[in-house]
Amino acid sequence: MLCYNIYFYDRTGCIFYHEWLRPKPVKQGAGTLEDDQKQMFGLCWTLSNFCAALDPKGTDKPQLGAPRRIGQGCQFRSFTANNYKLHFLETPSGYKVVLNTSQDVGSLQETLAAVYDELLVARCIRSPLYKGPGQPIPNPEGFRGALSQLLRMRGVLPASQSA
Amino acid sequence: MHKTLCRGYNIGIRLIDEFLAKSKVSRCGSFRETVDIIAKQAFLMFLNMQCTVSKWTQDGSECSLIFTDNPLTEFVELPSEFQELQYCNILCGVIRGALEMINMDVDVRIVGDMLKGDEVHEMRLRLKEQKNEDFPYKDDE
Repeated sequence: MLCYNIYFYDRTGCIFYHEWLRPKPVKQGAGTLEDDQKQMFGLCWTLSNFCAALDPKGTDKPQLGAPRRIGQGCQFRSFTANNYKLHFLETPSGYKVVLNTSQDVGSLQETLAAVYDELLVARCIRSPLYKGPGQPIPNPEGFRGALSQLLRMRGVLPASQSA
Repeated sequence: MHKTLCRGYNIGIRLIDEFLAKSKVSRCGSFRETVDIIAKQAFLMFLNMQCTVSKWTQDGSECSLIFTDNPLTEFVELPSEFQELQYCNILCGVIRGALEMINMDVDVRIVGDMLKGDEVHEMRLRLKEQKNEDFPYKDDE
C-alpha cells in the first residue's frame, strides 16, 4: 500500500498539491506541475461528465459534454489502472480532492470525507487567515503535516513512507 | 448600518462547508430540497432551532422561512429611534453567501420581524439563478 500524490481543487483551480512518492517525474508527463494539475482536473471533469451521461440507472442524465450543476447526475469515486488507483471526492460546494495510491487500496470515500472535514474545513476554510475561494491555504506546511498524519492514522499512508 | 449587517455573506461562504462536512449532505439538488435542508438541518445545527418553509410561489423560485424562536433576538429590544433597523439582516447575508457557494444566486430579505411587533420572523428567499459549474482553467488554447 502506497500513497503517491494528492490534489486539492476549488472552483478556481488547484489550491494544494503534495506528493509523497512520484517515481515518474512530472517532466516526463505533463511537463510542468501546473500543466499536470490542469490535466488532472480535466481528467476528473471529463470523466464525471461521461459517467453522468452514460449512467444506466439514474433518471437525471445530462447530455454528454453539456454544462452541469455541481454534483448533478452520478459521480465517479475511483478508477484503477494496472499500476495505480485514483480516488476522487467532490463536495456540493465544488471542492475536489484527488488522491493517487497503489492499486491494492480499497474504497477511500470515508477517508476523503475525513480529509474534507478534519483538514480542509478545520484547517483552511475555518481559519481566519483564509480569504475565500482562489486564495492559498494558510500555513501550507502545517496543512501538509496534518494531511500525512491523518492518512497515516487511517492506515492509508504506511509508516515506512516519509511525509 | 444595514451594510454592516450584510456582513453575514462572509460567514456564509465558510459556513456552508462546515455544514456540508458535518451533516454529510452529499448533494444539493433542487432549490426546494436545498431550502428544506437549510430549514430542517442547518438552522438546527447552527442556531439550535428549526423553521418552516412555506408560501412557495407557483414556479418554485420563491419561498419564506418562518420561525419564532430566534437566539439572535433574545434579550433584544429595538429602541424607538432604530425602528428601521433590520436587526436579523445578518441571517440574510449568511444564507446568500452559503447558497452562492453551491452556485445558487438568491435574494434574501426580512419581511417579518418579531422585534417590530410581527407575529413571526419571516425571511423571503428568491432564487435568481442556479448556475452550472464553471471550468476554471480558461487560458486553454
